[in-house]
Amino acid sequence: MTTQRFMLGTAATVAALMGTTALAQDAETITIGGLATLEGPFAGPGEDGLRGVELAIEEFGGEIAGHPIEFITASSDGNPDVALESARRLVEQDGADILVGPLSGSEGIRIAQYAKEQPGTTFLNGGSAAIETTLVDPAENFFRFNTEGAQWTSPLGEYVVNERGWDNIVIVSEDYSFPYAQIFGFMATYCEAGGTVQDKYFTPVGNNDYSSVIAQLPLEAGEVDGMYVVLGGSDAVNFLSQYAQMGGQLPIVGGTNVTDQTVLTTQGPARELLPGILSSGPVSDNAELEAWQEFTQRYQDYFGDEGLPSPSLFASNYYTNTKAALLALQEVEGDLSNDHEALNEALSNLEFTSPTGTVSLNENRQATAAIYINEVVEQEDGSLALEPLERIENVDQYLGLDREAYMELGLPSRDNPSCPS
Amino acid sequence: MRWILPLAVIVLLLVYPFVVNSFWLVQIGGRTLGFGTIVLSLVFLTAYTGMLSLAQMTVAGVAGYATAYFTAPTGGVGLLLPWPVALVLALALATLAGLLIGLVAVRTRGIYTLMITLAVAMAFYYLTLQNYDIFNGFTGFNNVEPPVILGLDLGANLPFYYMSVVLAASCYLGVRHVVRTPFGLALQGVRDEPDRLRALGFNVPLLRVLAFGLAGFIAGIGGILNVWLNASISPGSVALNPVIDVLMAGVLGGIGHPAGAYVGAFVFTIVDNFAIDFIARERFNTLIGLVFLAIVLFSPDGLTGLVRRAWTRGTGWARRDRGGAPKTDDIGK
Repeated sequence: MTTQRFMLGTAATVAALMGTTALAQDAETITIGGLATLEGPFAGPGEDGLRGVELAIEEFGGEIAGHPIEFITASSDGNPDVALESARRLVEQDGADILVGPLSGSEGIRIAQYAKEQPGTTFLNGGSAAIETTLVDPAENFFRFNTEGAQWTSPLGEYVVNERGWDNIVIVSEDYSFPYAQIFGFMATYCEAGGTVQDKYFTPVGNNDYSSVIAQLPLEAGEVDGMYVVLGGSDAVNFLSQYAQMGGQLPIVGGTNVTDQTVLTTQGPARELLPGILSSGPVSDNAELEAWQEFTQRYQDYFGDEGLPSPSLFASNYYTNTKAALLALQEVEGDLSNDHEALNEALSNLEFTSPTGTVSLNENRQATAAIYINEVVEQEDGSLALEPLERIENVDQYLGLDREAYMELGLPSRDNPSCPS
Repeated sequence: MRWILPLAVIVLLLVYPFVVNSFWLVQIGGRTLGFGTIVLSLVFLTAYTGMLSLAQMTVAGVAGYATAYFTAPTGGVGLLLPWPVALVLALALATLAGLLIGLVAVRTRGIYTLMITLAVAMAFYYLTLQNYDIFNGFTGFNNVEPPVILGLDLGANLPFYYMSVVLAASCYLGVRHVVRTPFGLALQGVRDEPDRLRALGFNVPLLRVLAFGLAGFIAGIGGILNVWLNASISPGSVALNPVIDVLMAGVLGGIGHPAGAYVGAFVFTIVDNFAIDFIARERFNTLIGLVFLAIVLFSPDGLTGLVRRAWTRGTGWARRDRGGAPKTDDIGK
């Protein structure tokens, strides 16, 4: 009797197990891992980046061709070691099929290397924008549908010389790969147009005390026309607050992150310096582009008070990259066989309308897209936003040069490029 | 009874790779062993010499940077040497760094040792961040791979894991052995009664500096394993967070016994990796903090202390005759 019951129970269990496997095979879940900086100086940007991923998945109703999409997250703090650890967790432990991330420049370089070890996973960049990620020995399965740091700033250098008449500036920057890229792009056209850079000041990421740098900076325009500030997240807020408190009034052009919504929503002394800052980047809050307005509307409807008044650069970049993955998945109907062969092929040839306009990839799987030159303005409701001054279409990885000429410029570093007075 | 636990641990370590996936093998297993060895160097210092140091991650970083500098030159920084030479140099430099830190910290006690070693750690962090000729600044070194010996790629998951096991076990047994030698006994004497030891003719500062040197050597081994695990090293690897992590893992596991180092490193790695699964992604660091708080609150001598007390209670009738468990109250005096 007992044996019989046991047999019956076993049979039932086995049947149940087989049932679940069969069910799972019908609609295999596709797992998307989101990797962003939820700690450290870029915690604000990181959170908003993941909002972008969520928004894209929600747009597709949480499933592709009958495959439910599962979204899991892991955190980093801007440090490549930590990003790698989190990426390994998402890919090797949680079995993420697609990884979207990371956020910060040097993390991106590290994750693109890791992508080569994991051919069975498709990597899409999140927000990271160092040049090297897709330029130096790029990984076959790493795609970047957002433009990078040098692309963002190359139109601006020329603009400040020609439109503002500046020809001597100082640069204050964080000391790692992404700001190098921003300076690289900016100076490429700025020096060409006749500008000189008197000095560059580099500070570590996550710095709290900028007094030693500020002591060396002029407080108002004179021999130096202005300063180019390439800081992000809390670094930008801390620096601008301290510079304002010292009475600094030097006109500012900003790196892309200085005028991002994660910084523009700050209160306190830094805020006084923000209106009027010129910058350039892939997004503009007040762009009259239909795709952008639609994206902003959906962001605001979905997140309400939880989100920022207007989606940040990071929300936009994470959203664009996730959407690319989902569109390509749709095209191949969720076929992930053979190390994602079909999916990767579809991604390489994908061209679609992102919140900032049409985006396509080049042979390094790096995006070509439009760039805005922006000015920070105060809105009627008192919030700050980016007002577009100019839109430059189709800025490519080589900044309009041919590949050889571009490679001859070398890789960006503290000293490259330089055009001293 | 006494051999059951060690045997169980040995069997577990050997079987472990065959029951887990690559994440648990490398990222949890490998990291526990490498990071645990760094924690072991701290536990050795604290348990047997009574000195707390916050510079153990820094010493490990010296070995890591040296390994990278001599085996994976990048962008014109570094000098390619055969790997055995590079590793010997790395360990020598780590030992030297340990000795130097010992020299600086030797006359201090308790919280002052902590402060001075923290200062050394932060100074080293900023040096790596801003020096481009040796440390390559923020970027540091990438592609630091373990060597391939006779066709065996030590960087592959399984060989890397077993190499970590062997090195970690050697360090652990080495520490257990050293504390029974006259040198180790003298160190414990210095911990308990430095004045009496001095009166007996021992050179107390020298003993302490040597202890720092030995701890530096152990941390150096952990540092090399760590740099191979990540295949990269940058200032973030020796920043304040990892420096504190070592102390945290030590306290978690129990800073009174060498085994506590690995227990602490294991629990720390697990909590660090999985906390985000249990709580909203904006708040997971709070959960990590709460778990650590709970452990320290309910078991001041860490997890090994907890286990030891449970063990003593379970086998109390047998133990009582032998004088009970060793006391750990006087640690860090």
